[in-house]
Amino acid sequence: MTSAAGTQVLATATALRWKIGGNLHEQLVEAIYTDAARIADRAVTRPDRKPRFDLDRTIDRIVTSRVWGFPIMVVLLGMVIWITVTLANIPSAFLFTLLIDTIYPFLKQVAANIGLAWWIEGILIDGVYLATAWVISVMLPPMAIFFPLFTLLEDFGYLPRVAFNLDSTFKKAGAHGKQSLSMAMGFGCNAAGVISTRIIDSPREKLIAIITNNFALCNGRWPTQIIIATIFIGALVPGYMAGAAAALAVVGVAVLGVLLTLLVSWVLSRSVLKGEASTFSLELPPYRPPRVMQTLYTSIIDRTLIVLWRAIVFAAPAGAVIWLISNVTIGGAPIAEYMINFLNPFGLLLGLNGVILVAFIVAIPANEIVIPTILMLTVLVGGMTGVGEGAGVMFELNSEAATGAILRAGGWTLLTAVSVMLFSLIHNPCSTTIYTTYKETGSKRWTTITALLPLFMGFAITFFVAQIWRLVVG
Amino acid sequence: MTAKGLPSSDCVDCPVHLAGNLLKLGVDMKDWDFVVALAGNPNTGKSTVFNALTGLRQHTGNWPGKTVARAEGGYEFADKRYKLVDLPGTYSLLSTTQDEEIARDFLLFGRPDVTVVVVDANRLERNLNLALQVMEITDRVVICLNLMDEARRHGLEVDARRLARDLGVPVVPTSARYGEGMDDLVHMIDEVAAGRFVCKPHRIEYLSRSLKKAVSKLAAEVEAQFPGLPNTRWVALRLLDGDPQMRQAVRSGELGELAQQVGAGALIGEVA
Repeated sequence: MTSAAGTQVLATATALRWKIGGNLHEQLVEAIYTDAARIADRAVTRPDRKPRFDLDRTIDRIVTSRVWGFPIMVVLLGMVIWITVTLANIPSAFLFTLLIDTIYPFLKQVAANIGLAWWIEGILIDGVYLATAWVISVMLPPMAIFFPLFTLLEDFGYLPRVAFNLDSTFKKAGAHGKQSLSMAMGFGCNAAGVISTRIIDSPREKLIAIITNNFALCNGRWPTQIIIATIFIGALVPGYMAGAAAALAVVGVAVLGVLLTLLVSWVLSRSVLKGEASTFSLELPPYRPPRVMQTLYTSIIDRTLIVLWRAIVFAAPAGAVIWLISNVTIGGAPIAEYMINFLNPFGLLLGLNGVILVAFIVAIPANEIVIPTILMLTVLVGGMTGVGEGAGVMFELNSEAATGAILRAGGWTLLTAVSVMLFSLIHNPCSTTIYTTYKETGSKRWTTITALLPLFMGFAITFFVAQIWRLVVG
Repeated sequence: MTAKGLPSSDCVDCPVHLAGNLLKLGVDMKDWDFVVALAGNPNTGKSTVFNALTGLRQHTGNWPGKTVARAEGGYEFADKRYKLVDLPGTYSLLSTTQDEEIARDFLLFGRPDVTVVVVDANRLERNLNLALQVMEITDRVVICLNLMDEARRHGLEVDARRLARDLGVPVVPTSARYGEGMDDLVHMIDEVAAGRFVCKPHRIEYLSRSLKKAVSKLAAEVEAQFPGLPNTRWVALRLLDGDPQMRQAVRSGELGELAQQVGAGALIGEVA
């Protein structure tokens, strides 16, 4: 579309540009700067003496120092996770006792008393209710502790320092330094992380940031890591070190995610997305004392509840589906069994099993429901009985012990746990992130790559780990 | 914005008693009377101001570049409904990253009734760079001199009156995190939106003589071809700078359509 008026104006503009020469941009910027400096100077009175001690500078010198920058990052993240691991058990045990040990048998009793049809009872109570109850008792406690802590760090102003520390590393990987910020967003939610890549101007570097964002552990996957690590890694060491060992394992997985981000960025920027890293300036904002109450409120209401709600929304129908595929039989065996048996050989190659792979497929809409789905399938298909029975008996058991018991009964070993932690980090992004990627890139090709690249990497990595593990451990 | 006790009946109508007057509308933004844009450098607290006024809880974080898409919300004040648009933070309107484009396009084509430039009192000089550019695009600007609490902590004194006089637009000192100055801000937005306060914004000086001539010549041409366009000087500047987006807007006649839309804000829905 062109307009006559527009053409006329453009002609004049071109003629004038010819006359004024090329330094307009510099002149303009300089004029603006001069004006701004003059006006600001008149309005601001600086203190007579610089304070001898500048707290912000001092903190910055330490947290962004070459020597201490990285260790401090790891220690801070480790502490956040350690606190989560240690504290999550208390509410988790309470919720587990309430929802699964008490209410679940009660609902079954009510259903029996009113003579509810067995399949309605199955879908509603063994399917929808149990899946939802598991999501709440297993996922809610770590979330409710992790998010506020993470948000406090963010509110304090630590994230830009992380970006500052990682900037040169990302540059070396051929990616944009700001990718460390979109990665940090990805630690919350990958879909949000993908959107935040808009701060990167170069389309090449933006694509790299989008494709690798999935390697940042998200909301839906932190609790998975924390639970598995608590049950299996924590059990490897004496009790007083269990929390620390579990936290260390989770930090290890998160750091592995960062390393994979760098590695994949490096490969991409030297193959399909060739080019130089562009420079930018990053502003380190002042440290601000976090507003604790507001942060608690915002992170519990906005983050925890929203994520939990999303998990429930996906878990409830998933629970119904899982119950159906576990109870609708074809030729004497439930559908789920066919799926599990079909995927089992492949799963075992990866150190996983059929149940876990089915769970990852069911959980494509939301990573949050991986663990609940695994539990459901293990209980329903594995023919396990006695879950929630005898409410008083299981009272002393905490939820981790109960969850661990179910998983071990499902044939889990330490290798399974390690493989699940790895595969949870390295597999296809959730459907929301895939859709967001499509919206941001507008390209089916890049969306497909973003979805499949980590999946195949996950297959490859878990395969090698499992083979080597079996060779060494036997 | 805490109302300390109920205002006495005499106070209710008085514009000084604003706390009771402000109605946070959240995302309920039907039939707004005025559109207010929130612009500013990254990490100056735009989203915090946004939340304080609308009662919404846009995620705020202490790092630049958090808001990449614009968020919208509303509030009601003195019987007028305001639609508030939180724009991504930008250092300037002259460059071409995606988040900066969103802010620039909205100011230019979305034509807000009032633009609030949130500036960091601690980094006034750099923040004014953007404020001056915004003031080139639109007259109706209110400067929200935010983070005054931090400025006090650092022993800085910022003379808001002096600043207002030099800039020719209202300057409201605030600490949005603690809700300080928000009452004055809504009041000032109201004054400017209703036209009771007429801004005489500072224009960028120190352009060379030949450039000044070129700008005014081209601005006159733009004015002739697209009568009614409010920011001809800025359009001329951008065209002389060879801004491809602006050239496209001119070529396609999109600018002309804008000039037709006298009722500002009518276009907002369409500029995505």
